[in-house]
Amino acid sequence: MSASTDVAPVAATRTPDGAPRKPRREWGNPLLAVAAWLMGIVFVLPVVWMVLTSFHSEEAAATNPPSLAAPLTLDGYREFFGVGTGLSPWPALLNSLTASVLSTVIVLLLAIPAAYALSIRPVRKWTDVLFFFLSTRMLPAVAGLLPIYLFAQYTGLLDNIWLLIVLYTSMNLPIAVWMMRSFLAEVPGEILEAAAMDGAGLLKTLRTVVGPIILPGVAATSLICFIFSWNELLMARVLTGTVAGTSPVYLTGFVTSQGLFLAQVCAAAFVVSLPVIIAGFAAQDKLVQGLSLGAVK
Amino acid sequence: MSTTLERTTAGTTASPPPERSGTALRRSADWARRAPLLPALVFLIVVTQLPFVVTLVISFMNWNAYYPDEVRFTGFDNYARVLTDVNMRNAIWVTILLTVVVVLVSLLLGLVAALLLDRQFRGRGIVRTMMITPFLVVPVAAALLWKHALFNPEYGLLNGTLTAIWRLFGSDDAPQPDWISTAPLVSVEVALIWQWTPFMMLILLAGLQSRPLDVIEAARIDGASSWQIFRYMTFPHLRQYLELGGLLGAIYIVQNFDAVFTITSGGLGTANLPYTIYQTFYQAHDYGRASAAGVVVVIGTIIIATLALRTVSSLFREENAR
Repeated sequence: MSASTDVAPVAATRTPDGAPRKPRREWGNPLLAVAAWLMGIVFVLPVVWMVLTSFHSEEAAATNPPSLAAPLTLDGYREFFGVGTGLSPWPALLNSLTASVLSTVIVLLLAIPAAYALSIRPVRKWTDVLFFFLSTRMLPAVAGLLPIYLFAQYTGLLDNIWLLIVLYTSMNLPIAVWMMRSFLAEVPGEILEAAAMDGAGLLKTLRTVVGPIILPGVAATSLICFIFSWNELLMARVLTGTVAGTSPVYLTGFVTSQGLFLAQVCAAAFVVSLPVIIAGFAAQDKLVQGLSLGAVK
Repeated sequence: MSTTLERTTAGTTASPPPERSGTALRRSADWARRAPLLPALVFLIVVTQLPFVVTLVISFMNWNAYYPDEVRFTGFDNYARVLTDVNMRNAIWVTILLTVVVVLVSLLLGLVAALLLDRQFRGRGIVRTMMITPFLVVPVAAALLWKHALFNPEYGLLNGTLTAIWRLFGSDDAPQPDWISTAPLVSVEVALIWQWTPFMMLILLAGLQSRPLDVIEAARIDGASSWQIFRYMTFPHLRQYLELGGLLGAIYIVQNFDAVFTITSGGLGTANLPYTIYQTFYQAHDYGRASAAGVVVVIGTIIIATLALRTVSSLFREENAR
């Protein structure tokens, strides 16, 4: 390993924008690479098992010891999509999609102007406001759920997807404000001044100058809000029923065992997780920023 | 047009400079700045703060939906009942235990994973992706996966693997424990640790990669050993990232409902506070007691959240000082 002239000391420099380079450290122990691979395999194994089982027949899925090389079939998926029973998960999947996408759109409409007022043209005491946003995210959802439930019962909003959309918006708004603020703060001031010199109005500046710079940030923020909304169970479980029930609520139908149904459970778990897996891999680089509420880049 | 010119420097400046042209003008300029902020702020206060105030009020009331004629204020009765009731006390204990175990173990595993991934090796990107995957499984789906496909005593992967290993050595009586009944809380914890280790790993990896590498390189040249560098340079730098991961993880796991609901349905002594509150108001319809328990959770969360906010704010100041 030491023979490779990978020029380690040079790695200590920083890239022009001040971000530290990825470390190139040589501990010189190939065992550590093996350990890393082993750990990765152990962690991904349950997911691989889930996908594999979903393509097995129910009989093959329920053997002990497990039959790894059983023939592949789509029966689990047919069962899940209700080909035989007529019980379809599509309404639940569509409800999840509606709630996640619409709440994400509203979050962006509210968060981008707020982030603007916290970075480009900051209000007085903007850090206090920023931390107020964050503190609301830390309030446990279960503590405010009862009044919301009573309110929904009183106004007839129970089992209405719009109630979830509003709640998911409030759940994701603090994260979105934090993320968007950090992206907007990266817009160089000189560009804005130059645009103003050239006579560009506020809206034009936002559209033609700021917009393109923050677009990747907007995309990452949307994906993270989408994931949080798609995953949410507690509020959906309490506030929706047969009409507006989301996919996690639909999955709770599999909590009690129903004979041979393992392949179907795995198919269900995989189908419902697939949008999150795709969104998560797409947002991989910004994932940590969203999860740490913007505190870590 | 001139509005953009007023803009102070890099966007991260503190409050704007005071304008000398009269208070009225300044006030209207202030409101122009605040305007874009207001919709989000008002929305959040109405949707998150208002319900909590109502919860606080209900927590002082005797209110059970089954006895609508007996609704009245009773002072601290609900709190007394929450803190003396065996189920509630157990729930508080389970919540603390679950949170502490899951946070500490996933923090430790996340640290190991982050240190392993902070090196150059073949397939580093693939291993990183493999490590992140558990976090991207919908929580309910992950809990179902553990409950049915892994822990199941008859055909779960864990017992299946035991059978396969025992067969390999020519034995037919492999141990086949019923994981969830024998160790219900540990089962829930294992499933949660599996999901939260990637979260910790991502935060710690970001911490590792923000180390001042020139200083570490200098120490290495001066003859510091890998352990010394870790102990005296990496670890102190990583400390606030460890704090951040631990505190944010704690905030999320204190609120956990999905895993408890799915894996054990709150049975076998695994009901934590969110699950118990859910049951108290959704099934027993005891609104007063559920609200008092909710307030107890909030008080616990505020303690963690205050610490978390302090860590975030110190990281935040460093980030802006760069």
